[in-house]
Amino acid sequence: MSVKEIFETMSYGPAPESAAEALAWLVDNGSSFGHFINGAFTEVGDTFETRNPATGEVLAELTQASQADVDAAVDAARAAQPKWEALGGAGRARYMYALARALQKHGRLLAVLETLDNGKPIRESRDIDIPLVQRHFYHHAGHAQLMDKTMADRAPVGVCGQVIPWNFPLLMLAWKVAPAIAMGNTVVLKPAEYTSLTALCFADICRQIGLPAGVVNIVTGDGAVGEMVVNADVDKVAFTGSTSVGRKIREATAGAGIGLTLELGGKSAYIVFEDADLDSAVEGLVDAIWFNQGQVCCAGSRLIVQEGIADDFHARLKARMDRLRIGNPLDKCIDVGAIVDPMQVETITKLVDGNTSGELYRSAAEMPAEGCYYPPTLITGLSPADTLMQEEIFGPVLVSTTFRLPSEAVQIANNTRYGLAASVWTENINRALDVAPQLAAGVVWVNGTNLFDAAAGFGGVRESGFGREGGWEGLSAYTRPNREPRELAKVELKEGDGLPVDAIDRTAKLYIGGKQARPDGGYSQPVWQADGALAGQVSIASRKDIRNAVEAAHGAKGWAKTTGHLRAQILFYLGENLSARAYEFAERIDALTGRGDGTAEVKAAINRLFTYAAWADKYDGRVHGVPIKGVAMAMNEPVGVVGALCPDERPLLGLVSVMAPLMAMGNTSVLVASEPYPLLATDFIQVLETSDVPAGVVNILTGCHGDLAKTMAQHMNLDAVWSFSSTDLSGQIEAASTTNLKRTWVNNALTRDWMGEDGEGAEFLEAATRIKNIWVPYGE
Amino acid sequence: MPSTYDLAPDAAFARNLGVPLDMAWVNAAQANTPAIERRCATLPGRRSVKKDYQAAWLCRAISCIDLTTLSGDDTVGRVARLTAKARQPVRADILSALGMEGLTVGAVCVYHDMVEAAVKGLDGSGIPVAAVSTGFPAGLSPLHLRIAEIEESVKAGAHEIDIVISRRHVLSGNWQALYDEMKAFRAACGDAHVKAILATGELGTLRNVAKASLICMMAGADFIKTSTGKEPVNATLPVTLVMLRAIRDYYAQTGHVVGYKPAGGISKAKDAINYLALIKEELGDRWLRPDLFRFGASSLLGDIERQLEHHVTGAYSAAYRHPMG
Repeated sequence: MSVKEIFETMSYGPAPESAAEALAWLVDNGSSFGHFINGAFTEVGDTFETRNPATGEVLAELTQASQADVDAAVDAARAAQPKWEALGGAGRARYMYALARALQKHGRLLAVLETLDNGKPIRESRDIDIPLVQRHFYHHAGHAQLMDKTMADRAPVGVCGQVIPWNFPLLMLAWKVAPAIAMGNTVVLKPAEYTSLTALCFADICRQIGLPAGVVNIVTGDGAVGEMVVNADVDKVAFTGSTSVGRKIREATAGAGIGLTLELGGKSAYIVFEDADLDSAVEGLVDAIWFNQGQVCCAGSRLIVQEGIADDFHARLKARMDRLRIGNPLDKCIDVGAIVDPMQVETITKLVDGNTSGELYRSAAEMPAEGCYYPPTLITGLSPADTLMQEEIFGPVLVSTTFRLPSEAVQIANNTRYGLAASVWTENINRALDVAPQLAAGVVWVNGTNLFDAAAGFGGVRESGFGREGGWEGLSAYTRPNREPRELAKVELKEGDGLPVDAIDRTAKLYIGGKQARPDGGYSQPVWQADGALAGQVSIASRKDIRNAVEAAHGAKGWAKTTGHLRAQILFYLGENLSARAYEFAERIDALTGRGDGTAEVKAAINRLFTYAAWADKYDGRVHGVPIKGVAMAMNEPVGVVGALCPDERPLLGLVSVMAPLMAMGNTSVLVASEPYPLLATDFIQVLETSDVPAGVVNILTGCHGDLAKTMAQHMNLDAVWSFSSTDLSGQIEAASTTNLKRTWVNNALTRDWMGEDGEGAEFLEAATRIKNIWVPYGE
Repeated sequence: MPSTYDLAPDAAFARNLGVPLDMAWVNAAQANTPAIERRCATLPGRRSVKKDYQAAWLCRAISCIDLTTLSGDDTVGRVARLTAKARQPVRADILSALGMEGLTVGAVCVYHDMVEAAVKGLDGSGIPVAAVSTGFPAGLSPLHLRIAEIEESVKAGAHEIDIVISRRHVLSGNWQALYDEMKAFRAACGDAHVKAILATGELGTLRNVAKASLICMMAGADFIKTSTGKEPVNATLPVTLVMLRAIRDYYAQTGHVVGYKPAGGISKAKDAINYLALIKEELGDRWLRPDLFRFGASSLLGDIERQLEHHVTGAYSAAYRHPMG
């Protein structure tokens, strides 16, 4: 077209970013790659092809890792770890700064390489992915520098196995590698097989800056290699990817005694209220669901729009969809690039074609004739019951439904197995700040979407996984408490055949929903004192009692909305009332355990109640300094309803140590008492009853830990399960927790000194809360 | 609802007749500043035109320039120089290399006293003369004098009148007064087209910009314009986005077409491309024509000339190589 003709049509024309440098980098490396192990690239082995999804062209040959390769990588990481840790935070910060600088220097190469390999528009890799990668390394260089001071009581975990997805290849690498190595760990990372090139380029950069050998190791290959990494001798596994694979990893690592963080799928709500700036909300959707072709775990894929404005909003949205430009991702004027692989197009097509509800609208924009593309699609008029409102599509497909009231918007938004992110659009700050905390999601954006920063944690709830990446909250996943492990010793039930200590029969009941309840099964068992006398009878709880207790705990969820001040008062009061009966409790402990330190245990329990009463109104969130005009508020929320197997060895203090932090942070709980000494818990029921604890906030069961653990771990309406039982049930609980991917905190056959500082504090408060980051951009 | 995107590039349309003041509509107007700023900040990264396309777009920008002089020291001689530049905005050899012979600017914009000189200088060229009016730039002279000023300029041959609104009506929420004033100005213009200058830099919030835009359109403005060029902050992309969206809504609701003119602060070729891209995205191609879009600018042309010479020769250009206006 001549200038004169273009002057008339005013079309955009091609604006291609050159791929020359990136292609030259591939050629310089022989267009084939081994793994990066112990600071060097290995020989190329059995290879597979990696392709440019926009054209189908082969970019390079990559090596499928063998078990020996993975072992070599883990060995290298293991060998390098002590030295890397010993280098100290400031020493590591220097390397991390060098990495950040190098990532800046090679920014354009990495962006182009990413687009070639993944198919995402160059605009995104250049303006979003790579700058966030650089920012992540800078930010964590700072965390390394400060670690010796800010995390004095924490130590590195060791060797981390990390498996990342294909949607943000280098960014996910940064999210995994930066915090890990900043905290003194070494890593073995497996990038997705579709998109390994930027990881290999990163490996090259590690070599160039002289990062000590073995600190970062990268092995390539398919899911089988991922399994090898997960099952290797690592101290922690971090995974980002699908919920189904996450579930398998939870199973595979169950009982291994290693840390796990999962960042999984989502079906994030995008709520538009009638008073929103509708045009801006439409534009937000472009960044929510057409960003990276919708292949984003936190994509705002579920539009929930107020009924009265739905038609208007959909009309604006459709007009906007028609303006999207779809095509060659290397073109600087493209909004929607290629889908990562033909397999993914097939998955999307199948899901959308299987839907018969609602009305389907496709962007009228021109589609490329060839390559791996899917048109931007909107399906309106769906209900929560429709499959596409529930299932993650992971493509450029938006589904839409309507609501009438704010409360209904929240209900619909939370009617999902997932809980990664959500957006709320309204010009009313009261409404925004009322709705945001009610949403079951790890991240909420007010009048925005897909805002990310290294300083703000990211991660989900429910089946979107657990753990946070980024910010202060992300560091805990890569550190552990700095204390010597103590082996767990099984506390056996006392045997006896003596007479009852009291002629009046005393059969302790369960405590469910504020009432003393007989066990559903109708069975009890004797509890013997250390001297062989019969202390009393105790109920044997069954799975149905767990069911009832969880129901009761849910009924008491108003506890989460009470003030910290009120919870503090009640915890103080518990301490006061326990103190009034201290002598009696101490006697009982001594009689059951035969140890003679009952007085000390009761004193410690009272002190612990006071400690958590103190914390109840002081465990504050943070406001993260993110680089926007606005705030990212990291709010500590209660986890929800938590089931716990209490420590056997300290029947009163153990119960209190578990119960009090949960109560203080606003959780409700189902506690299974010390198995050998359950009567302390049942005696404590009377203290609970006299201390204004609302019904259902604490529920106490007695019975066999081994029999109840699985029911609790499988219960889909429990948000977390803790086990401090002296029976090691860690593996069983972790494996069974996959039903709803609840958070677990298990002792891994280790114990702690419940009488000392290890029995309380930051670890407990952290486990009793989850962090929600609420982003609130502002400005008139 | 009609969509601005559906209008063909050469579609004819009637002048905006205005509609009764609809305060429910005005009060519902929203403008979320951070979201609007994000959209504008990312636009240059999302839209890019290169090579021949860039040259063509820059020529389009020239065709939409209101070549402007609004200085206290303007003289007949100064205006003559400007009108000559308006007729031949780019060196003939460059235009010929581009195949763009005959390209002119959109209009020449002057104070009332210079209208006659401008009309004379543009005689036969078909280039209209715009006069700033109504006590420009502050708009604080007596209403009857402001109306009389419009009438004088129209009588002197101005084809377009750029009026300034009373910012105080916006800032005090006196929307009815704003509507009535605009309606009176429009009536005084007769057949001349009227551009309503909102002086967005003095309206305080983007929501006020949205509301003022709607009211001026309801009162019959043919164009809405950002600034006088004399405010501390003049045309910006966020303000533009708000005004374009108001134009889009107004068309959807009433079927009336209204033009847009950013003025002040647009001095680089790259800025001009960004404005054109934003208009293409938010309103569609019909608005990329001088009857619906103008740049109020004095130094923009110079930068575009240098870019065009670079396009033709491959060598970076210098200002002195291009005739001054």
